Amino acid sequence: METKTSHIILKVEQLSIGYKTKKAKTVIASNINFELQKGQLIGLVGANGIGKSTLLRTLIKVQPELSGSIRLNNKDLKTTTTLELAKQLSIVLTEPLSSKNLSVFELVALGRHPYTNWIGNLTESDTTIIRKAMTLVNILELKDKKCYELSDGQLQKVMIARALAQDTAIIVLDEPTSHLDMYHKAYILKLLQKLTKETGKTILFSSHEIDLAIQLCDTMIVMQKDNVVCNQPCHLITEGVFESLFPKDLIVFDDKTGSFRVTK
Amino acid sequence: MGEQKTYRLQFALLAFTLLVCFIVNISLGSVSIPLKNIFGSFFGSVESSSNWNIIILDYRLPKAITAIMVGSGLGISGLLMQTLFRNPLAGPFVLGISSGASLGVALVILGSGLFGGLFATALITKWSIVIAASLGSFLVLLAVLAVSNKVRDTMAILIIGLMFGSITAAIVSVLSYFSSAEQLQQYIFWGFGSLSNLSWSELLIFFCIYAIGLILSVASIKGLNSLLLGDNYAKSLGLNLKQSRFIIIIATSLIAGTITAFAGPIAFIGLAIPHLTRQIFKTTNHKILLPAVFLFGAIVMLICDTIAQVPNSDYMLPINAITALVGAPVVIWLLVRQRKMMF
Repeated sequence: METKTSHIILKVEQLSIGYKTKKAKTVIASNINFELQKGQLIGLVGANGIGKSTLLRTLIKVQPELSGSIRLNNKDLKTTTTLELAKQLSIVLTEPLSSKNLSVFELVALGRHPYTNWIGNLTESDTTIIRKAMTLVNILELKDKKCYELSDGQLQKVMIARALAQDTAIIVLDEPTSHLDMYHKAYILKLLQKLTKETGKTILFSSHEIDLAIQLCDTMIVMQKDNVVCNQPCHLITEGVFESLFPKDLIVFDDKTGSFRVTK
Repeated sequence: MGEQKTYRLQFALLAFTLLVCFIVNISLGSVSIPLKNIFGSFFGSVESSSNWNIIILDYRLPKAITAIMVGSGLGISGLLMQTLFRNPLAGPFVLGISSGASLGVALVILGSGLFGGLFATALITKWSIVIAASLGSFLVLLAVLAVSNKVRDTMAILIIGLMFGSITAAIVSVLSYFSSAEQLQQYIFWGFGSLSNLSWSELLIFFCIYAIGLILSVASIKGLNSLLLGDNYAKSLGLNLKQSRFIIIIATSLIAGTITAFAGPIAFIGLAIPHLTRQIFKTTNHKILLPAVFLFGAIVMLICDTIAQVPNSDYMLPINAITALVGAPVVIWLLVRQRKMMF
């Protein structure tokens, strides 16, 4: 039992998420419990508006939780400072970059910020890590390009390289496959799988590509209106979780192929 | 490795150009002074005549130093604002900092008519104008800060800055209705901007505040770089967002506020210089951009000042008109060439 707990990187208990203003509290989802193991690829799926982004934003401390606890590396997220968090968790968001005038190298190099000195000088080991990150996602030949010259797929890879350069135990990605074509959706998710295998990092991403996630993820978190389940994809299929994910009037889940199809 | 260019050649060229511009600026003026006498008066050699000595040491040298501080300072505050507000159009003017200074000065010069008599004449000294301008820009800045803490949308903050500008313009026109022609003229002359007439003691105070702003800017370099990704990414890189924002805004207001106080509202430098620098250095790294903007701003301001004083004549054109004449075409040229403005 003890050896098992040491592999848990993120533990969420009785978490309730939503928005709080002075007057009112809007709860989007509550009673969320799950544990994420080290070195796994975890997919977060659920219908539009169910609170996937809110959950991720809460996990990365962009917005506060309403109640419950989030423990990262066995330390409460509330007491983790911004700089400590920066060394443990990196992110890839859906929001566009403020400046697309950055070169690819400059952008990936920004991932080293938590480790560099007051003016951001890169040491030789920083440069090595940056090159390694770019090599891992296959973008080394893009390094002198400006971000506005890149395609959506390339930009996504660059953003992943930046998160890798930040050298954190866990990477959280919010819908990394939106805006991408079918090939690149598969490519990015496959890349994430490869990264968990090769680097031992935990990667958590939200996505609408349920079919792909079922095939590639070690664990999946399925968000539904009343409950949030977290388990291996094959268990989730046998439990029939995916069937109840969407209204049945249009699409049904085929548990033999592990994919959705349109009703005839 | 080639990834981290140091841009040594460009920096050496810029520094050399700055030196040349500085010497040219000092050697040209309404009285023509031979170059060797200019160097003579620097090193206190006996052969330079005392009149020339006074012209150079008490008039031209302070003016050239002012030009360097004004140009570099406005360029840097423009750079800071463009990154912080994620907007290529941002600059000390757009934020309303300069408008605040103008409002303070207008209240002192034009408003004194309303407050009347003896009190008024005692008020309008050079120092009262400087203090009024600093206070004005500081108050507008506080308002912008308060708003920026409440409003997340940086676009909204820019619009609020523009509104401050409109309010200033409105108050000035109301005040000018009640002012005498003499007061109006004084205000208009302040609005032209002027790099001259600063004594060495005034220059020292100017320099101290400017230096504090500059140090704060240099301290913000790392934060500015991570802000290029956006607020959430910057935070995820360990940046203390609130604190960095505060320091950047304070630095800008110190620099832009004192410049406006001592030299009047000088247009376009803050907006145009950062864009020009990005064109040449092709980087977004503030570690390179900040010193480059410093050099570039100083050079352009020295050139503008040299043009404004119309060598060997008694004319002295308003510096504000020259910077706009140089700055506006640059912005247009950039837009046409790139089809979009980036920061």
